Amino acid sequence: MTRERLRVVFLSALIGLAFVLAWQAFAGTKPAGKGIPGPLAVGATAWQMLADPFYDNGPNDKGIGLQLAASLGRLTLGYLSASAMAVMLGVTLGLSPLLYRAINPYVQVLKPVSPLAWMPLFLYTIKDSGQSAILVIFMSSLWPTLANTAFGVASIKRDYLNVASILQLSWSRRLVTVILPAAAPAIVAGLRISVGSAWVAIVAAEMLIGGTGIGYFVWNEWNNLALTSVIFAILAIGLIGVLLDAGLARLSRRLAYTE
Amino acid sequence: MSETGMDALRARVVERAVERAVFGGELGRRAFVRAVGATTASAALASLFPMAAVKAIAQEKPGPPEKRDLKIGFIPITCATPIIMAEPMGFYKKHGLNVQVLKASSWAMIRDISINGETDATHMLSPMPLAISLGVGSQSVPYVIPAVENINGQAITLAAKHKGVKTAADMKGFKFGVPFDYSMHNFLLRYFLAEGGVDPDRDVQIRAVPPPEMVANLRANNLDGYLAPDPFNQRAVYEEVGFIYMLSKDIWPGHPCCAFAAKHEFMEKMPNTFQATLNAILDATQYVRDKSHRKEIAAAIAPKNFLNQPVEVVEQVLTGVFPDGLGNTRNVPDRIDFDPFPYHSMAIWILTQMKRWGYIKTDVSYRRVAEEVFLATGTARAMRALGQKPPEATLVKHTLAIGKTRVFDPDQPDDYLKSFAIRRT
Repeated sequence: MTRERLRVVFLSALIGLAFVLAWQAFAGTKPAGKGIPGPLAVGATAWQMLADPFYDNGPNDKGIGLQLAASLGRLTLGYLSASAMAVMLGVTLGLSPLLYRAINPYVQVLKPVSPLAWMPLFLYTIKDSGQSAILVIFMSSLWPTLANTAFGVASIKRDYLNVASILQLSWSRRLVTVILPAAAPAIVAGLRISVGSAWVAIVAAEMLIGGTGIGYFVWNEWNNLALTSVIFAILAIGLIGVLLDAGLARLSRRLAYTE
Repeated sequence: MSETGMDALRARVVERAVERAVFGGELGRRAFVRAVGATTASAALASLFPMAAVKAIAQEKPGPPEKRDLKIGFIPITCATPIIMAEPMGFYKKHGLNVQVLKASSWAMIRDISINGETDATHMLSPMPLAISLGVGSQSVPYVIPAVENINGQAITLAAKHKGVKTAADMKGFKFGVPFDYSMHNFLLRYFLAEGGVDPDRDVQIRAVPPPEMVANLRANNLDGYLAPDPFNQRAVYEEVGFIYMLSKDIWPGHPCCAFAAKHEFMEKMPNTFQATLNAILDATQYVRDKSHRKEIAAAIAPKNFLNQPVEVVEQVLTGVFPDGLGNTRNVPDRIDFDPFPYHSMAIWILTQMKRWGYIKTDVSYRRVAEEVFLATGTARAMRALGQKPPEATLVKHTLAIGKTRVFDPDQPDDYLKSFAIRRT
C-alpha cells in the first residue's frame, strides 16, 4: 500500500516536472515580455505577491491575500444561505413525491441557466453590485444541493420512516434523528458539487462587477496584459478550490454509513 | 446686505441672464415679461430651463459641502485623466472633499453603479447621460454633464495584418469594437465609414467591447480593429499587434469624448458638494491642459490603482509624441486635449447621430434635451469664478473634416440629418 502510494507520488511529481520544463522551454523561444511568460517569471511574480499579501493601496490596488479574502467572504455568504435553503426545500420535495413531481419541471428549466445570466436582473432590481454578486453565488450553489437532497431524502429506506412513525416521533425529531442522518451522504455530495460551481462562478461575477476579489484581480491584470499575475491567480484559484473540496470530502467521509 | 439677500439677488441676476439669453437680449425679455407678467415668465422659463441647476452652479463661493466622502467611478482610460489625477494630485482635497475614485470594468457597469447610487458622480461617455436621461437603452433617469473631460484623444487602430488598408472601402467585412453603443467612438466610427461609402450596419460588424479588453481581442483575432480610447490604441502598438490608422481628431477636430456626469438628483440635493466636485474637476482640467504638465501627470495616473499601464505608453498618449506601429514616430501635440466646456451644440450633434442610426426612434426636441443635460451656462459661471475663460456662446458650428467637409449648424439639425445618404431614418 505504502509502496503503491510512493509510486503515485513519484509519477505525479514526474508529470509536474515534465510540464514545467516543457512550459519553460516553450516560453523561452520568445524574448522576455512577448508571448507566454515562463514558470520562472510566474514564480518571481508569485514571490513578490506572497511577500506582502495584505497591502492596501486604496480601493483599486490591494494585495492578493485581501483579494482572496474578499472572494471567500462573498462565497461564504452566498453559499451558506443557498445551502440552507436548498436543504430545506430538498427535504420537503423528497418527502412529498407529489410536490416533487409538480415542482420538478421548474427546477429543470432554472437549473441549466448560467448563474451569470441573472446578473443584469439582480443589478436592476437590487441596485447593489456587491449583493448581486452574492446572489449569483447563491444561484450557482442552489441546484446541486437541492437536487441531491431531494434525491437522498426520497430514497431513504421505508423501514426507517416506518419505525419512526411506530415510535411516534415528533416531526422535528424525525427530521433530526432519522431523515437528515439517513440522507446526509447524498446531501454532502450535493454540497460538494455546489461549492465547486460557486467558486467557478465567483471569479466570473467579480470580473463583471469590479471592485475587489480575485476575479477583479484577474481582470485588472488582464487590462495591463500582465500575464504572470494572471497565471499566478489561476494557480491560486485552483489551490483554494482544492482546499474547499477537500474540506467537504473529509466531512462526507465522517457522515458516511453502511446499512 | 445680508448673506441671504446677496444670494437672492444673485439668483435673480442669474434668472435675468438666462431670460436674456433665451429671448435674444433685454428687449425681447422685457416684451415677454410685459405680455405675461413676471411670475408667469419666470415659471414658463423654468419649465424650459433647469433654473435651479444654474442657480446652484452660479454661487461664487460654495457653502460647506453637505457630504465630504464621495465615490467617483471611472474606466481606466486616459480620457478620465482629470477625474483620476485629481485624487493623487490633491485637487479634490483642495476643494474640501475626500474622494475615492473607483475603477469599473465596463460602461454598462459604470452606468448601473451610478444609477444605483454606489457612486456619487461618475466618468461617462458624453452620449451616455443624454441616452440615460431619455431612457434610451436604460431606465430613464435625469443626468447632467457639468464638464466635458477631454477632446480628441481616440483613434482607429487596426490589426497588424491589415497594414495594407488605405480607405474605409478596404474595411468592408471587418469586425470592429467600440466601447459602448452610446459613445462618441461608435458615432465617429459610423460617420467615418459612411463617409467612405461603407454602411456601418450592413457592410461591417460593430460590437461593444469594454476598452480594457480590446487589445486582448485584437491579439486573439477576434476583432479587425477598433475605434477606442487610449491607452488601448497605443498599447496595441506597444504590444506589436496593431497600428494606429487614424486619430479621431482627423475625423472631427476638437470633438468631445468623455464627460464628468452625475444624476440630476445629486446636483439638486447637494448643490455645494456638486459645486465643489465640479470646481475640483475644472481645476484639474486646467492643469492638464498645460502641455508641460503632461509627463508628471502620466507618472501619477499610470500605477495599478488607476490606469495600470506602463508609464511609457501613457506618456506617449498624453504628450502626443508616439510611434504609430507603421515605423513612424509622430508628433501631434493635440492628439488628446482637455476642454471642460459642454457646448449645447455638441449635445445636439450627438442627438442627430443617435437619430441617424436609429437609437432614437421618436422626435426629440434637440435644444431642450441639450440644455437639460449639458450645463453649459452653469459651467461658464463656475469657470469664471475660478478665473478661467469660458467661451461666449453655448451653440457653435462644428466642422467635421473627414470625407466631404460638412459644417454642422446646431440651428438646423434636421437639415443636417437629411444631408446624409446613409442613415436609418
